[in-house]
Amino acid sequence: MVARSTIPAGDFRTSYAADTTIFPTRTSRNFAIAGVILLCFAPQAFSEYWLSVAIQIGIFAIAALGLNILVGFTGQISIGQAGFFLLGAFTSAYINNTYAIPVFFAIPLAGVITALVGLVFGLPAARLKGLYLVIATLAAQYILLDFFSRAEWFSGGSVPASANPFSIFGYTLRGDRQYFYVVLAYVLVCYLLVTNLMRTRDGRALIAIRDHYLSAEIMGINLTKYRTLSFGLAAFFAGIAGALYAHYQLVISQEGFGIERSILFLAMIIIGGTGSIMGTLMGTAFVVLLPESMEWLSHNLKGSSIDKALALNNNITFLREIAIGMIIIAFLMFEPDGLAHRWRQIKTYWKLYPFSH
Amino acid sequence: MDYTLEARGVSLRFGGVKALTDVSFGVREGELFSIIGPNGAGKTSIVNCISGRYKPTEGRLFHRGRDITGLPPNARANIGIGRTFQNLALFHHMSVLDNIMVGRHHLLKNNFLTGSLYWLTGARREELKHREKVEQIIDFLDLQSVRKAPAGTLSYGLRKRVELARAMALEPHLILLDEPMAGMNFEEKEDMARYIVDLNEEYGMTVVMIEHDMGVVMDISHRVMVLDFGRKIAEGDPAAVLADPHVKRAYLGEEDELLVDPDDAPSIAEDAA
Repeated sequence: MVARSTIPAGDFRTSYAADTTIFPTRTSRNFAIAGVILLCFAPQAFSEYWLSVAIQIGIFAIAALGLNILVGFTGQISIGQAGFFLLGAFTSAYINNTYAIPVFFAIPLAGVITALVGLVFGLPAARLKGLYLVIATLAAQYILLDFFSRAEWFSGGSVPASANPFSIFGYTLRGDRQYFYVVLAYVLVCYLLVTNLMRTRDGRALIAIRDHYLSAEIMGINLTKYRTLSFGLAAFFAGIAGALYAHYQLVISQEGFGIERSILFLAMIIIGGTGSIMGTLMGTAFVVLLPESMEWLSHNLKGSSIDKALALNNNITFLREIAIGMIIIAFLMFEPDGLAHRWRQIKTYWKLYPFSH
Repeated sequence: MDYTLEARGVSLRFGGVKALTDVSFGVREGELFSIIGPNGAGKTSIVNCISGRYKPTEGRLFHRGRDITGLPPNARANIGIGRTFQNLALFHHMSVLDNIMVGRHHLLKNNFLTGSLYWLTGARREELKHREKVEQIIDFLDLQSVRKAPAGTLSYGLRKRVELARAMALEPHLILLDEPMAGMNFEEKEDMARYIVDLNEEYGMTVVMIEHDMGVVMDISHRVMVLDFGRKIAEGDPAAVLADPHVKRAYLGEEDELLVDPDDAPSIAEDAA
């Protein structure tokens, strides 16, 4: 019991309120707050390039969070998350362009509309399990993508749709340095919402369905309702993320949001830890940063003595791709519970250091 | 009738297999009612019919005079029916506390919107209020030391107790216990028997229990029903049931000539066919 808990000795709770906090200890909460404050200075400290990487991590982390509700917490599976991501992007741009709804409101509204579409796809999906569900969500992905390529009024067809930049009180936020704050705010709000969800009634119902749906039903949980709901929630966060992406890129095209992106979202939550909220963020950072670091490595390798000795030349590019694949496979083999699990183990190790035996 | 729970002619068939044949019985308010019988007699089937997992092929089930035969299982929590399972059915990755909190599902009002906004919508206050109730159950069942442990890491006896706690959290007035003492050692059984009697006497719950341990059943039950091959063969107070020749035969397989009822023997052969 002792080894499992990360709460330090002598930290006693004297009320139920103190026992239901998000962070296990005051120190961890202070660290998190300090981390957020430090992030607020990131635009001053980092180059545009690294800021754009950070923005990407933030946006994809929101979409992956939605997927984690569905896959990690409810035990369903979906390979259609990228379709909902795109739907959010197009919807936000469309309602902003056509109905002149300010971008500030268009983003959450796009989330809600995407959630409604997600609920529709969730209705049949709530009755399917396992591999059948995979195929059903695959259909969702293709139906959505097909809709985007046909509905030119909505998505611009072959010409990428354009989106307006984010503006608030008539002040337009442009460029990575300013947009970073928008994404940071959204990441914080979304992660807080989901953390709260998971410690209240409906979040527990979702987890109960994942762990044992028969006894969940006996506890008064309506399986169809909650399975459909989790599809709606997953689509909501995909829609929010897509909308954020649209007003960041300012043009939206289907390119890069096919089935492979949906699978990449799955990879993020599996690497981070299914059923872990912070793990989602870690997994997303890992998946986004891995190609970046491999790029950096191959860049430095080029022209070095190793390169010359092995006569790698252009093969470095291919080696990089292979390395990315191998790292992910190695990860799944040696850390199947994800980064969140590893992080917990590190914490418990240091709690008792140096007397861990 | 003043029955809390009444089964009228319940039959259940899976294809050609007759799990239950024309079972009728009634459980009175505040009663501790046991269902016994050899393996495969249909005990769990009848409990599954009451909790809604199976729908009887024939016959009807009444709860406080209301026909609940077709009521979906999740709606039965609302009318006050709770149950535990024979094979452990806890939410393995959740803590003991959360497992029991799931039992409060139908009593809690917050939803995914108000729950997400935790501090702003009173969801926090509501959760804390129900936490207090859950802690009372934890105290009652002596689960304090494991409340934060994931349910999947507990020992068998403890898991059974957590399952009872979860069913209690529903605040049912009728609780169905499917072999609450299976696989327990003597001390654990003794504890569990005491909890069940307390449930019945202190909390005023009507208990329907399936149990194999005859000692416990005879000691704590008010009335006992015996099933064999999906048929009810006896019902009544424990001593009378134990003395019933049909029951003796079902359990011991006695070939005593005196016990073979000429009307009964062919009917058993018919069931088996």
